[in-house]
Amino acid sequence: MRWLLGLVLMAFMATTPLLAVEPDEILKDRQLEERARALSSELRCLVCQNQSIDDSHAPLARDLRVLVRQKLVSGESDDAIRTFLVERYGDFILLKPRFAADTVILWIGPFALLVLGGLVLLWKSRQGSHIKVEALDHAEHVQLAELLNAKNRSDG
Amino acid sequence: MSVELGHFALILAFATALMQTILPMWGALTRDPALAGMARYSAFVTFGLVLLAYLALTMAYVGSDFSVANVVMNSHSTKPLMYKISGVWSNHEGSMLLWVLILVLFAALVALRGGGMPERLLASVLSVQGGIACAFLLFILLTSNPFLRVTDVPFEGQGLNPILEDPGLAIHPPMLYLGYVGFSVAFSFAVGALVHGRIDAVWARFVRPWTLLAWVFLTLGIAMGSYWAYYELGWGGWWFWDPVENASLMPWLMGTALLHSTIVMEKRDALKVWTILLSILTFSLSLLGTFLVRSGVITSVHSFASDPARGVFILGILTLFIGGGLALFAWRAPSLKQGGLFAPVSREGALVVNNLFLATSAVAVLVGTLYPLALETINGSKISVGAPYFNLTAIPLFVCLLILVPFGQSLAWKRGDLVGVSQRLLTAFGIAILSILVTFALTIGGPIVAPLGVGLGVWLIMGSATEVISRCYRRGLSWKVIFERAIGLPRSAWGSALAHAGIGLTVIGIAATAWGVESLAVVTKKEPLNVGPYTVSLEQAFKRKGEGFREEVAQFSVTEGTGARGLIETSKRVHTGREMPTTEAGIVTYGFGQLYASVNEILPDGRVSIRFYWKPLVTLIWGGAIFMALGGALSLSDRRVRIALSAKTKRAPLLNVEAKA
Repeated sequence: MRWLLGLVLMAFMATTPLLAVEPDEILKDRQLEERARALSSELRCLVCQNQSIDDSHAPLARDLRVLVRQKLVSGESDDAIRTFLVERYGDFILLKPRFAADTVILWIGPFALLVLGGLVLLWKSRQGSHIKVEALDHAEHVQLAELLNAKNRSDG
Repeated sequence: MSVELGHFALILAFATALMQTILPMWGALTRDPALAGMARYSAFVTFGLVLLAYLALTMAYVGSDFSVANVVMNSHSTKPLMYKISGVWSNHEGSMLLWVLILVLFAALVALRGGGMPERLLASVLSVQGGIACAFLLFILLTSNPFLRVTDVPFEGQGLNPILEDPGLAIHPPMLYLGYVGFSVAFSFAVGALVHGRIDAVWARFVRPWTLLAWVFLTLGIAMGSYWAYYELGWGGWWFWDPVENASLMPWLMGTALLHSTIVMEKRDALKVWTILLSILTFSLSLLGTFLVRSGVITSVHSFASDPARGVFILGILTLFIGGGLALFAWRAPSLKQGGLFAPVSREGALVVNNLFLATSAVAVLVGTLYPLALETINGSKISVGAPYFNLTAIPLFVCLLILVPFGQSLAWKRGDLVGVSQRLLTAFGIAILSILVTFALTIGGPIVAPLGVGLGVWLIMGSATEVISRCYRRGLSWKVIFERAIGLPRSAWGSALAHAGIGLTVIGIAATAWGVESLAVVTKKEPLNVGPYTVSLEQAFKRKGEGFREEVAQFSVTEGTGARGLIETSKRVHTGREMPTTEAGIVTYGFGQLYASVNEILPDGRVSIRFYWKPLVTLIWGGAIFMALGGALSLSDRRVRIALSAKTKRAPLLNVEAKA
């Protein structure tokens, strides 16, 4: 696998980069083309640094875009194409990881944290509302009245 | 000679930073005012020395001293002066030096402005700053020395990475670093507070301006970087959820949470422990970002000059400061006294919810960024986590938060009245709904998310407007009085309204991307091509020479209906020194939208393979960010905040503080 990647990388560097989705690739059928664009924006260009094949200039990305379109024209479903590509290149090609046992934390984690955080806050605020503010006792009332009187006198 | 001088200055700076770390902390712990007083002076000296080193390197670049390896690899004698100066931070070694320069600059500023701070707090804050500086100075000296000479002095340098040869290079990295590194001050304050076991509203008042300052710079830095990527990478995207971008977004999200929680702490003396934790986490994410970008453990569209060997060192620094900070937190936080109580429905409560969402979205970005790395280490399977993941996790969190923002802005402190607030926001809500319906009606058949996004943006803007209006308008008041009341509002109130309205603008800009139009074609001369409301046609394709590069240009004329709207040029550029071609996008702004041209290839027969985009309202994305930063700056200029920064205020009596502690 490594040598293959190296080979492709060399081929990539030897040619002038071209821009993504070239005019001659576009399908006549607008609906199919839209599906092709949506699908390719979720597929990783394997030789690039974090680009989808829809965005990438690399020849390999072009080959993959053409492949996706050929398969779409021959009537295959999006899922079938994804499965085919994963069998060929591994999960690495999917920019949107599949929901599986080892991606549970990835998909659920942030939302679980939100819920957990919310529950803790709810619990805290319940706890907070139990804290009773103690009423002033007689001595404090007298003290307060004196203070207020003193203030009123100085104001007046 | 000056290069060696710079090298020595850097070594000396390590020594003084070490002094700055140990002596003031010792003084603070043993209550020795002489040792604690060392903090300020050693911070000044360390800054002076690092500045000297930095200037020495800059001089080597400006004078094209090709006996210095770093200059050979990243500069060229024909480069314009701007790229010689900014070339210093175009590479790993130089940008780390800039990082440290900004770090010690912040320490020196704290020392300069910290006259009103309790002496022990100032000493321990500067000591922690010194510790961070020590670690990174050692990192530079041992693994990334920019002052190394070459034995065979070449006649010419290799030139700058062509993607970096852009005005963006001059502005973006310093801005970003001012933001990243600025959060170190909050970290140092947090550690200082933990060491002394004392934290109160005064602490928050000292921390808030620094956090705000860092946040303003980080906001501008991220926006600038996004716009740079937009026009430079040449495929019209402005955010790629790329690891390097995420590295800057995470501290921004956490820092935004911190900004809000320090307000609660300053005003209501509540959320103390949480604010301390956020201070530590925000800078931890800044450090993590530095690690991710500098170590090369992740692949990215932006990464340049990275080296795994250095990763281990930064990982060590990371473990020391994040681990140390969190351990100290776990040990000391339980002894901190919790302050002010508040009802769940209140400004404080709303800000807690804000913090929850911001922190969770930061975690979502963090998990998505690091998951592939973690999974590969654990079970060896390679997966990718890209834009679709973040669109499904972080975006919904953002949307939920933004819907709640106007409520939070309007709620009263301590105990809020949700019904009253809802009534006050009714007009804003009505206008938002109306804007959804109108945009929907105008764009029937178009994407549905766009009008909804516009509605959310309008909701945020109107929410901010409601807050300002409700504070200065009362029925029966004359316009003159209302105007005076508006002028009399604290600047932080205006700042907050401006910043939140800025988010609204950004949201509208993002929503409008759904209406973007893309046209790809191979065109001959004068052949018209439709791009949204515009028609473009190829005028000419020609070769041209510029300063330090040559390029093939495709020039198009733009018409709208029958009216001519000027020319647009896009080119394939090759820079002297490195023969790597780059695509220079052509961008023309019409109203708030932009027409974006990017040439694929100019064919030998004169035809041009081209892609055009019409991006309505796209400038609002960055315009909104500028409003956010302006809002932050306005808050920073608020009298209350300024006083905390002022050196003129009297030094708090040392004795009093000790007695209460």
